[in-house]
Amino acid sequence: MTAVVTNTTQPLATANAKATRLHGLLAEFETPGDLMHAAEKVRDAGYRWWDCHSPFPVHGLDAAMGIKRTILPVLVFGAGATGTFTALGLQAFTNSFSETIWAGVWVTGYPFLISGKPAMSLPAFIPVIFELTILFSALSAVSLMFLFNGLPQLYHPLFKSNRFRRASNDRFFIVIEARDPKFLPKKTEEFLKTLDPIAVEAVED
Amino acid sequence: MTTLPHNAKFGQSAIDNTVERPGERAPLVLNLTTFGEVTATVCRVNEAEKAPFAWYVAFAGAVGLLSILGACITYLIFTGVGVWGLNNPVMWAYDITNFVFWVGIGHAGTLISAILFLFRQKWRTGINRFAEAMTIFAVICAGTFPGIHVGRVWFAYWLFPIPNQMEMWPQFRSPLLWDVFAVSTYFTVSLLFWYTGMVPDLATLRDRAKGKLQQLGYGIFALGWRGSNRHWHRYERAYLLLAALSTPLVLSVHSVVSFDFATSQLPGWHTTIFPPYFVAGAIFSGFAMVVTLAVPARELFGLKDLITLRHLDNMNKVILATGCMVGYAYSMEFFIAWYSGAMYEKFAFINRAFGQYWWAYLIMVSCNVITPQLFWFKKLRTSIPIMFVLSIVVNVGMWFERFVIIVSSLANDFLPSSWDMFTPTWVDIGTMVGAFGLFFTLFLLFCRYLPMIAMAEVKAIMPRADPHGLGGPSKSKHSHATSHAAAHDAGHTNL
Repeated sequence: MTAVVTNTTQPLATANAKATRLHGLLAEFETPGDLMHAAEKVRDAGYRWWDCHSPFPVHGLDAAMGIKRTILPVLVFGAGATGTFTALGLQAFTNSFSETIWAGVWVTGYPFLISGKPAMSLPAFIPVIFELTILFSALSAVSLMFLFNGLPQLYHPLFKSNRFRRASNDRFFIVIEARDPKFLPKKTEEFLKTLDPIAVEAVED
Repeated sequence: MTTLPHNAKFGQSAIDNTVERPGERAPLVLNLTTFGEVTATVCRVNEAEKAPFAWYVAFAGAVGLLSILGACITYLIFTGVGVWGLNNPVMWAYDITNFVFWVGIGHAGTLISAILFLFRQKWRTGINRFAEAMTIFAVICAGTFPGIHVGRVWFAYWLFPIPNQMEMWPQFRSPLLWDVFAVSTYFTVSLLFWYTGMVPDLATLRDRAKGKLQQLGYGIFALGWRGSNRHWHRYERAYLLLAALSTPLVLSVHSVVSFDFATSQLPGWHTTIFPPYFVAGAIFSGFAMVVTLAVPARELFGLKDLITLRHLDNMNKVILATGCMVGYAYSMEFFIAWYSGAMYEKFAFINRAFGQYWWAYLIMVSCNVITPQLFWFKKLRTSIPIMFVLSIVVNVGMWFERFVIIVSSLANDFLPSSWDMFTPTWVDIGTMVGAFGLFFTLFLLFCRYLPMIAMAEVKAIMPRADPHGLGGPSKSKHSHATSHAAAHDAGHTNL
């Protein structure tokens, strides 16, 4: 592996910033270690609208970026509990009582006597309770994860950069967005260059 | 950090990663030293203009079998379940045998993706993607059988609690209904797990795609994934949660399947050992199927550096362990039949081994208990032809296990006057063989169009991915890290 820093910066946004809006500045790194050290410096410089991009989750990068733990597991627990009570309610309603309720349409339960089991036979209801708990939890884990990540988002300014295509292959990137209050095109570019990237590039909106 | 160049001893291409060196980790990726090489190796399969010739031959065969399945099911629906060889005592035979067989196959995929993930078994990354794919396709095959065996298939929706004009509900105290919930939950969660894991790899294919169609197809399913670390953070949480949820789920699914039998009062079915025994058997057969698929796939698509001999060796160890558990269950059933003193129970088991289905029992024991013992020897465990043959033998044995449990118990129950013998018809056999067509058609399409190996996960376990180790800063003051990186990627690394 040869670590040649080329700094092949394209003529940066200053010239054509007026024609098209700047999305942010992209810095490319070669190894996960480079990315992590750079991320620590960006974090300490006080930037807020910035992100790292890597082909795989880099161990320890969350701390280097100062990302707080997601609340996702708590919500998934809530969804799981909802599944538990949904299944209990469903089985008790349909098989244990003859109540009529409105659930989209009018439905009536049917207390079903089979093999001498009591109307409310909780042990026999456990497997379905368990399955729906898992089902609700799994569905919420995946859907909330994508929702919080703002995905699906089929268009993003970064996809315009050819360099950025390697973010899903073998390169590591830091993007500082133009909307960051500390962002100044020239200064931020100089700052990124101090992080020893392979290249710094402007990304247009 | 290690600085001993082990490669000097072996030479890069001749590394034997099945060797255990105390205090060191064996390499899980051979010969590929950079992340880019991993990407290229995996994507080559999907990006090639044409698939290997063998793929077309296999696909034609699989579609041929699939059409047999279609024909048999159509004939069944238009005529009725009488076209099967079922009779009065034997009301379940090939249909439920196939159902249990296919659900069982699926379990290895979830074990690899979820349980090995929780146990931090890094070798899972080479095989988890296509093992999970196998799970999904196996559950699709399994789901077909309960769907068609209900007789009037147009009433199959009665299985679900859907409000209807008859004010009729399913009977939630029946294990058959638990099965509906268990299998459908299992399918949904497996699909979520598989797809979630695939999103970053679909993004890789999207970013490399040359054609418009590929860009659009992979682009839509990649959901706009761009490897953001803020995304990875939630993604890893969600993935861990899915693993933690799938682990009890996979154990519950085959337990619930075994309840279909264990909660009845039929001798030979009514045993408390069934849930763990079925789960062990499921993992046993599933791993055998993974080996059956992995051996030709790694050969055909050039994935030997990612699915290494060590992966296969590990799987064969799991086959050996679960095979012994299954063997233990077989003997324990006999012990309990004698120890319980129950007359019918005793008869059921003697009849199972020496009655009219003695040949099926013999196939089952020799394939499931005796032949896997060969895997005690490392030479046999790491021999490609032997493991391929043995994996098929195991699955033949596991199919017969379900057949023996279901049919021999039903055929000779309490009352000798009602005894009968089950003989399959051509529709029974055609449906069974055809299900393999469905399975292999889906699997071959998966190999061709989706990333067969979890690239993002494989990259993350390479020594080079460790930001404090070989993947450390590339600058001169840290140069000791990178200068040795290339030398060590293919060799053993310290713990």
